[in-house]
Amino acid sequence: MLEKALKGNVGYWAWILCLLGIMGVGVICYAVQFNYGLGATGMSRDVTWGIYISQFTFLVGVAAGGLMLVLPYYLHHYKDFGRITILGEFMAIAAVAMCLLFIMADLGQPMRALNVVFHPTPNSMLFYDMIVLNGYLFLNVVCGWVVLHSEYKGIKYPNWVKPLIYLSIPWAVSIHTVTAFLYCGLPGRHFWLTAILAPRFLASAFAAGPALLMVIALIMKQTTKFNVGRVAQDKLVTIIGYAAILNFFFLGCEIFVAYYSQIPGHMHTLDYLFFGLTDHATGEVYNNLVPFMRASVIMGFAGIALLFFSRSQKSDSMLAISCILIFVSFWIDKGLGLVLGGFVPNGMEQITEYIPTGIEIGVTAGIWATGFFIITVLYKIAISVKLENEKTA
Amino acid sequence: MDNSRRKFLKIAGISAVATVGAPAALNLLTGNAHASSGHGAPQAAAPAAHGAPAAHGEAPTGKRYGMVIDARKFHANPGLAEKCIEACHTNYNVPDFGNKKDEIKWLWKMPFANAFPEHSHYKKDHTVHSMDFLVTCNHCDKPPCVRACPTKATFKNKDGIVMMDFHRCIGCRFCMAACPYGARSFNWRDPRGSENGVPFIKKLNHDFPTRMRGVVEKCSFCALRLAEGKLPLCVEATGDTGAMFFGDLNDPHSDVSKVLQSKFTIQRKPALGTTPSVFYII
Ligand code: SF4
Ligand code: SF4
Ligand code: SF4
Repeated sequence: MLEKALKGNVGYWAWILCLLGIMGVGVICYAVQFNYGLGATGMSRDVTWGIYISQFTFLVGVAAGGLMLVLPYYLHHYKDFGRITILGEFMAIAAVAMCLLFIMADLGQPMRALNVVFHPTPNSMLFYDMIVLNGYLFLNVVCGWVVLHSEYKGIKYPNWVKPLIYLSIPWAVSIHTVTAFLYCGLPGRHFWLTAILAPRFLASAFAAGPALLMVIALIMKQTTKFNVGRVAQDKLVTIIGYAAILNFFFLGCEIFVAYYSQIPGHMHTLDYLFFGLTDHATGEVYNNLVPFMRASVIMGFAGIALLFFSRSQKSDSMLAISCILIFVSFWIDKGLGLVLGGFVPNGMEQITEYIPTGIEIGVTAGIWATGFFIITVLYKIAISVKLENEKTA
Repeated sequence: MDNSRRKFLKIAGISAVATVGAPAALNLLTGNAHASSGHGAPQAAAPAAHGAPAAHGEAPTGKRYGMVIDARKFHANPGLAEKCIEACHTNYNVPDFGNKKDEIKWLWKMPFANAFPEHSHYKKDHTVHSMDFLVTCNHCDKPPCVRACPTKATFKNKDGIVMMDFHRCIGCRFCMAACPYGARSFNWRDPRGSENGVPFIKKLNHDFPTRMRGVVEKCSFCALRLAEGKLPLCVEATGDTGAMFFGDLNDPHSDVSKVLQSKFTIQRKPALGTTPSVFYII
């Protein structure tokens, strides 16, 4: 089946080369960081996690979002999702692979990463995160590959994968729940210390994951003969739309609790993210995330409105724009604000801002390119098999 | 038995097991299964109100080292705090990178509002506002850093000291996110290096190992000195000023217990339930 990835037109190869180029830059930047230490990043004593861990958190969501494409087909026999289920599984593979790379990039002693396995520590949430992420990767590789390979052979997939497919459904929920538990179980980090963190993570995941898939599907519709179909597209709009609305509902709950209770610890980070925080000792205002966070909210609402409007207009271009808006909005919310905001102010009510360095951005871009490389190759194989099958059928 | 009934019974059974087992599992998860070594005086465990300082644990078992810092004495002896910091940082080869971003510190000074952000600093007297408070790792009795560490590179000793294994630490910095007191530092760069010919460790102490880059470090309560029957260096540096006391909180006759019994003291962020072992006289 792999040979399918080796046949492609000029556009395909140009895209692959471009990704390989960015991956190369990432490798060079990582080499610099490896030799100098994590001091090559913008992180500091006060902001100890930066864009690596925030990308990781966001991408766990993208991986979990694959669930929304698998569940209707396998659990509710929703036949119209037949063509995109495999895309959901393959997207999850790429997303989890990126997550693992981001974790590795963030470790101060990456050579010792296996200590997590050698010295298993069941009271650490990171221990469970390691288990659920690797498990989810394994489940999706096996399920996705076996199902597609059977289709390639023109047979029905073997029965033994069924239980694995069913298992992958709650497992998807677990990866994002455990990832939320990394944050929401820490005393003294008021912004994260909220029971609604895991539900909020899941809501944004169920919007961002399918939104990314929708954009890719629409691109493939233009560049290949692969079409997920109008019915599936409309159904996805419903899923993305409601999940996105839920996400904002949860955000609204957070804002209410913080500002109605007027408890300073609960308000500080929200103040910092949306309005800027003043250091009372020096009078200096810290607000470098404010434009991003405000843009995130505006893009999110605009995206939701446009999403439903595009369906009534049957407009693919509008649909693509709305999905991009929602994806970027949630990327800012989780891929920047959530992790970075949690450190401002620090436990001693001091404010330190964080700005990623060029090296850090290079490594981040390299890992994203790796993810897109994996998606491209897997999707190439998947749609080649699907299109061939439909020709012969 | 029809199918749906059997299904129901199965679910009911599973839920019953889950409800019974969950608290035990949770206890295991948070490490509460181990007897807490309690505070100074034994007190009956009482459920703490939400947000109230955690109730004192069960009757103390074994040793639990703790410290009392008398901020008034430090205020009365200018330069004393610096002497303590110097004693600690030179002995433990704590590097100085000359910038805030890479900073590593085991013991340092902070104003009241930063050291005790959860206490009101509104209309406090001038002395409190002009005082600096020495802060370090609290060697919490229920340390969130230990709970978070995925490799047991940070762990609690039987004597209550929260220790670091620099050779096991993977540098994930989960413990730094978990510590509410900012007590932990990360080696963002190689501490053994130098810049413009000036080494980051000004005077190398060959009796204590330097760290490698990419690991976390913090105050060790001078565990090695305690094993030799000596006091921590910072406490020793205060001489006979009475600015610091150290000893076993579970021994009612230790220096530190006697001070705690006779003076009003506070801890940092008691509401978080970490039960710090460092106390302050204001
Ligand atoms: S003060 Fe921080 S580092 Fe020290 S034991 Fe408590 S939580 Fe851990
Ligand atoms: S940085 Fe080291 S000590 Fe801290 S949690 Fe990670 S492995 Fe444990
Ligand atoms: S107890 Fe020892 S390690 Fe801790 S601050 Fe004092 S001198 Fe430093």
